Amino acid sequence: MSMRLTDQLAFNGQLFLRHRVRTLLLLLAVAIGVASVILLTSLGEGARGYVDREFSALGNRILAVLPGRKETTGGGPPIYGASPRDLTLEDANALATIPGVLAVAPIIAGTTTVAYSNRSREVITLGSTDAFFAVRQLDVGAGRVLSPRSRSEPLAVCVLGVKVKRELFGSSRALGEWVRVGDRRMRVIGVLEERGESLGLDMRDMLLIPVRTAEQLFDSPSLFRILLDIAPSADSDKIQQKILAVIRKRHEGEEDVTVISQDSMLAAFDNILATLTMAIAAISSISLLVAGILIMNISLISVSQRRKEIGLLKAIGASSRQIKQLFIGESLLLISMGSAAGITFAFGLILIFARLWPSFPLQPPTWAVPAALLVAFGTGLVFSIMPAKQAAALDPVLALRGLQQ
Amino acid sequence: MIKLQEINKTYQVGDTPLRALCDVSLQIESGEYLSVMGPSGSGKSTLLNMIGLLDRPDSGRYWFDTVATEELGEERRARLRGENIGFIFQQFHLINRLSAFENVELPMMLAGQPLKQRRNTVAEVLAMVGLAERASHKPNQLSGGQLQRVAIARAIVMRPRLLLADEPTGNLDSHSGGEVIDVLEKLNQDGITLIMVTHDQRLGDRAQRHIRMVDGQIHSDHSGDTRSQQRGEKRGKNSVDETD
Repeated sequence: MSMRLTDQLAFNGQLFLRHRVRTLLLLLAVAIGVASVILLTSLGEGARGYVDREFSALGNRILAVLPGRKETTGGGPPIYGASPRDLTLEDANALATIPGVLAVAPIIAGTTTVAYSNRSREVITLGSTDAFFAVRQLDVGAGRVLSPRSRSEPLAVCVLGVKVKRELFGSSRALGEWVRVGDRRMRVIGVLEERGESLGLDMRDMLLIPVRTAEQLFDSPSLFRILLDIAPSADSDKIQQKILAVIRKRHEGEEDVTVISQDSMLAAFDNILATLTMAIAAISSISLLVAGILIMNISLISVSQRRKEIGLLKAIGASSRQIKQLFIGESLLLISMGSAAGITFAFGLILIFARLWPSFPLQPPTWAVPAALLVAFGTGLVFSIMPAKQAAALDPVLALRGLQQ
Repeated sequence: MIKLQEINKTYQVGDTPLRALCDVSLQIESGEYLSVMGPSGSGKSTLLNMIGLLDRPDSGRYWFDTVATEELGEERRARLRGENIGFIFQQFHLINRLSAFENVELPMMLAGQPLKQRRNTVAEVLAMVGLAERASHKPNQLSGGQLQRVAIARAIVMRPRLLLADEPTGNLDSHSGGEVIDVLEKLNQDGITLIMVTHDQRLGDRAQRHIRMVDGQIHSDHSGDTRSQQRGEKRGKNSVDETD
């Protein structure tokens, strides 16, 4: 003897209709829980997708050589070399001879003041070569990029980021004009195309000059880093070994550089962000737990309010098991409806977000919805067992009189 | 049909144990019409609940037909109750959010019967108690007498062989009380066994067999038809018309 599912749904549904406000509030609690799990994990996953894309914007196969040795595993790569021996332009040229290396872009970095007529700006200045544009897949929106001569000659030319150009020149023409960079005069030969941020470097707010010019300007031959573009067919690990071998030979046996592959950086970021997303999911599950406890409390109240009804159901043939089923079913139905609302709400918000900020790939990880549902139904089940047991254990005789036991 | 043998039941009321039933033995045949009377606290309702399998005795034996009920688990007792016994309460105990039809349908729904069969049967029993037109009404749209007739319809919808009525007219005025009793007696004439607990002497006298309880024991048990004298009389009972 058991109730049909449709009958039970109808019975529970009538109960919900009777207690509309209470039902709506419970639905809201569940919906918020489910939506927050989906939305927050989407943020985490979105961040991961964003980083992924930024990396691939860097070009496919890039190695970065940084001065200084990464002494312990697990720490971040050194940003500024703490090595006694600098990485130099000559090192960069030597690396260019390794087979499989397509391009080598040495970079000297520093900050300078760039001025035009009465306007001046403090900007990050990168000294590099034509190879930099190739490796970073950068192009100019107007004029031309640094020429191959920039590898060996301290030419008095520069390429401006769009933001720098705008702030110095406004809407008037910059190409061919002379700007002051530090204590030198340089001719503007190009303006970078409009492009967003790339790995924390805002290329729009940047000045690019030939590497030899930068060497003189900053009065230092030490390189910030060397970027290498390697052939798609080449074995990245082997080339990393060769790079280290070349540096060892040139640095009297010291392996005082760190080679970072894009893959390893990506993997590291991926790991961090994936862990972060899981942590966010766990935290947002707490809101579902709260919803579960809310459901339990409301169910307990409902059991005591419906004592007579429970007694009656028993008198007309409902077994304890059926009473338990009715109450657990009530919670699970609430959870189902709340979850559906939460999922709809979350995906609606994600769609709107995608319209407004198409550059940030907000998308829930594949496990987000199943995980949210699992937690929702899990808590719903766990927290409805107690009230359901209480209801099932009611003595029908006393319950019918509305008495406490 | 029903055989009770030395049933005992004690309730703990505060610190003092209350002997609600004390060595009660009783045999009831199919089709009988019993009234159970006695002062408050004499164990009438406990006896009714015991027969209705809502309560379990502390000791003693109870056969329903040939089934020894004290050996059954909760599931089997619930099924036996659902299929064979109908209850009618003083407070009606209808569910307010459900229509008359849905209230009557409830036992069949709990038993998992198919929708079509339910529709027909419910319509039939509602017609039987004279409420075919009120099927879609909610309890708060019905009068006390109508409510109790809905409750009777619910009690008989599973075609039980035993009908237990605990003060069925206690909350009704004399006119609607009379209607309710007419329905119950009609059902008894059709073969259903009817046991009615009541305070009302005139009502009790209408039964074929009268049981009087005092202090948890059966004080007297005798048969005799005094119904003819009671017909048409007005009873000045309270007319509290309250749904639950």
